[in-house]
Amino acid sequence: MADVEAPKIDGSIKKKLMYVNRKAPYGTIYALESLEVVLISAAFEQDVSLAFLDDGVFQIMKNQNTSGIGMKNFSPTYKALGDYEVTKLYVEKESLDERGLKPENLMDITYEDEADDYTEKPSIHIVSRSELTDIMAQQDVLLNF
Amino acid sequence: MKFGVLVTEGPYTHQASDSAYQFTKAALEKGHEIFRVFFYNDGVNNGTRLAVPPQDDRNLQKAWSELAEKYKLDLVICIAAAQRRGILDANEAKRHGKDADNIAPGFRISGLGQLVEAAIIADRLVSFGD
Repeated sequence: MADVEAPKIDGSIKKKLMYVNRKAPYGTIYALESLEVVLISAAFEQDVSLAFLDDGVFQIMKNQNTSGIGMKNFSPTYKALGDYEVTKLYVEKESLDERGLKPENLMDITYEDEADDYTEKPSIHIVSRSELTDIMAQQDVLLNF
Repeated sequence: MKFGVLVTEGPYTHQASDSAYQFTKAALEKGHEIFRVFFYNDGVNNGTRLAVPPQDDRNLQKAWSELAEKYKLDLVICIAAAQRRGILDANEAKRHGKDADNIAPGFRISGLGQLVEAAIIADRLVSFGD
């Protein structure tokens, strides 16, 4: 009982799991609890990616400050995703445009590419709505938060 | 087909648990397998046995518990989400020094890995929420 049980899956199953983040980071708990599943899923060695669209793009904005609302600023955790081998973060361009945001307003989230002499590479990919549709269509499992 | 079911909203406020229940029941009656039903976010509130809905309304917790008993369903409540919202089994109540537990029959508390495992093992993961 309690805490996290060890995965019971043999390495032969590898699925494409995408976490779809649609809501602002504060105001509801969805963003935080989505991130909690993402971190756990890293232990299962699956092909994990994240999508940020609608108000979900606010989750990875730079310079978040929650001191006025009495909530923990959990945004630094996104920068640690590379250490969990979560290296594909797709951000929908139209959602940024609709909110007056630019790619430079987003945090610098990177990972070290093991296959390329640990070169630091950006995890964030800005994609159009139609490109994101195609990427979603390639997934085995979509988890919406 | 082998289904996993994810419920992310609480009972009565939202239709998610009703729809998930109807889907799960229909799938089982058609002979499909439900690998697991996982309750996350406010969905964990489906697993308290202390709710007392009006007698002329449906009792969702009771419906889930009965379905679990009939089909040996695996109803899993996320431990992290449950701790935040005060859903405890006897072990958890003891571990945190609380004076009572409230988990309903047929439900068990476990980690988020159980959701990821269901996503991987099931042919389809069906989500019920916003």
